[in-house]
Amino acid sequence: MELTSILLKIVFAVLMIVVVMTMAGYSVLIERKVSSWVQGRVGPNRTAPFLVNYIPFIGPLLVRMGIFQPMADGLKFLFKEEITPGHVNKTYYFLAPILALVPALTTMVVIPFGQYTDPSTGASNPLMLAPLDIGILFIFAVSSLGVYGIVLAGWSSNNKYSFLGAIRSSAQMISYELSLGLSVFPLFLWLNAPGVEGGLGLNAVVDYQQNFWFIFVQPLSALLFLVAIFAETNRLPFDMAESETDLVGGFHTEYGCFKFGIFFVAEYAHIVIGSALFTLLFLGGWHFLPGLSDPWPAGWIGAVLSTIWFLVKTVILIVFFVLIRWTLPRFRYDQVMKLGWTILLPLAIGNLILNAIIIALIDSQ
Amino acid sequence: MDVLFIIFAVLTVVPALLMVVSRNPVNGAMFMIISFVGMAALFVLLEAFLLAILQVLVYAGAIMVLFLFIIMLLDMDEVEKIKPGTVTSIASGISLALIIVGVAVLLGSDGLAGQSVAHLAAAPDFPSADNPMGLALSAKAYGFGLFTKYMLPFQLTGVLLLVSMIGVIIISKKRETSQGQEQS
Amino acid sequence: MAETKVIERKPLSLSERTYLPQIVSGLKTTISHMFKPSVTLQYPEERPPIPKGYRGVPTLVKDPNGREKCVSCQLCEFVCPPRAIRITPGEIPEGSESEHVEKGPEEFEINMLRCIYCGLCQEVCPEEAIFLQDVFSLSGYSREELVNKKDKLYELGGTLPDSHFKWDKKKAAEEAALAGGHH
Repeated sequence: MELTSILLKIVFAVLMIVVVMTMAGYSVLIERKVSSWVQGRVGPNRTAPFLVNYIPFIGPLLVRMGIFQPMADGLKFLFKEEITPGHVNKTYYFLAPILALVPALTTMVVIPFGQYTDPSTGASNPLMLAPLDIGILFIFAVSSLGVYGIVLAGWSSNNKYSFLGAIRSSAQMISYELSLGLSVFPLFLWLNAPGVEGGLGLNAVVDYQQNFWFIFVQPLSALLFLVAIFAETNRLPFDMAESETDLVGGFHTEYGCFKFGIFFVAEYAHIVIGSALFTLLFLGGWHFLPGLSDPWPAGWIGAVLSTIWFLVKTVILIVFFVLIRWTLPRFRYDQVMKLGWTILLPLAIGNLILNAIIIALIDSQ
Repeated sequence: MDVLFIIFAVLTVVPALLMVVSRNPVNGAMFMIISFVGMAALFVLLEAFLLAILQVLVYAGAIMVLFLFIIMLLDMDEVEKIKPGTVTSIASGISLALIIVGVAVLLGSDGLAGQSVAHLAAAPDFPSADNPMGLALSAKAYGFGLFTKYMLPFQLTGVLLLVSMIGVIIISKKRETSQGQEQS
Repeated sequence: MAETKVIERKPLSLSERTYLPQIVSGLKTTISHMFKPSVTLQYPEERPPIPKGYRGVPTLVKDPNGREKCVSCQLCEFVCPPRAIRITPGEIPEGSESEHVEKGPEEFEINMLRCIYCGLCQEVCPEEAIFLQDVFSLSGYSREELVNKKDKLYELGGTLPDSHFKWDKKKAAEEAALAGGHH
């Protein structure tokens, strides 16, 4: 009995990893496709495994959309010649990609992605691996460990460009982690306001947004969180870590083949997790639309539908990430620091205090 | 669960020891991070999830990054050449002996031995008063304790941190007057 | 002297300092571009239209009678800035149909690793025998492969449909003169 439950958990965890990794792979495709559309290009449209082109209509369509491109990308990384530069610190050089990927994949443990309504009792439960009471803190804690991958990669590469990239990105991540945390706290203040039993779990946030979405109630929080997520994932207006115009490739200059592939996947896994987190916190998770009750039927069909709806929102956010990349130029490094410390942080603290005062006023009446 | 405890205890103690003896500062910092994470795992075994997460978030995630940050800016070869002096070795030997004796006394006499840690945590701080929140496991209980029973220590810790911060600012700031005198 | 007018740079308004309206307008541009048709060519299947006067790979041409037009005067060899052309001049064997031309290239090499596609050879050629045509993608597995030999050059060049027949006219005129014509 004990063994089967453990085995079941392992199966679920593996399944979740597969899903997140696949989503990371396909967000690379989204990135490439959306980028090319924005630039008036076509994007990957040729990769076709055997015989796919002979399936009438659907086959060529899938090929044209580049559906099989992520597999080709992954295989390319796997089969490239494994090169280790001679001047690197071997232990940390090999450790760094792993340290970058593991936190990105660990955070998904506490992310709920749908709800299952029991047809007989009508009680609905969120679908997640670990229903942790303090999910949001867990995510912040584990994702803060992701810095080590970048720092160690930059240091062990023994290359000044890598090192500068690592220093920049770690300073940036530490700075924006503060705003990231503080921007979300007002939500949890409301969640735990007198008379509400919320806790710090992510499913509680989603349950709270049954009738309204937090993005409409707390737009400032949403904006601050979005900017901080962009900085934490090293996405374009903030991609100090690998600003290729001045740092060659940033912290992964010395990495190639599979090790680079791991960094690549970790980066996109961060984007997937970040989008999922934003969806959960501000876009109502799997709830249908603000003001409307969920149309998901009870049982497994409803669970699948709610999961799909959640994934749709996440994918829209991933597309938004890519669009921002082609809209805004890169910040200069001092501008990034100034924005983080003198604008975002005071705004986040002010927002937190304002919400605390409002809750106290409501409570005192 | 004993197996898990032993694994995580080893994961905490061995890297801690390695951190002290390692020559390379980067290795030392990494061992310290492993030790912190192992300690967080021990907190999880005690079902103190919030404490575990704060351990990772604050120590492993934020403070050690800054440590590593500074260490990496050092010249490793120079640092590794530094040998501990005689006084340092003697002092550290004496303190190690003192710690061993202290822990032995604490565990050997009728002090802490025989009581489980969870029991200790649940016990009221003053024998006469009772603990309103019970075992402080959930985040709410932590907050409640922090703003009621432990209000004064909490505030004092904050002031202490502020003092050290001001001290750092003063030390790192250039003394313009003394420099001017040296130049003249 | 023109009057200099100093334009004061206005301080940014609050909405400009937040950047948000600007980001939104930028996003509008980006999204509108997403739905515009793409301007790319699916290259190996679709080929770009080659404009007139395009300078592609240099080739040798024959006249409509199948005679090679080059008379191996070596002007192109001399004018070629990167010295990509090598000509081994040779006699045209007696008894051949174009015996009257006297000279023709025994071997004609254009080293495409050196060629800079300047078109000077085409301009200098008195016989209109060398042309830069519309072949633009040249590839090979070895250096030797990219030295175009005579047969390759004629294969690429084909026939030039002109009707000067300069040498034939000359021959006809000479024959007429020999036949007792007048000068």
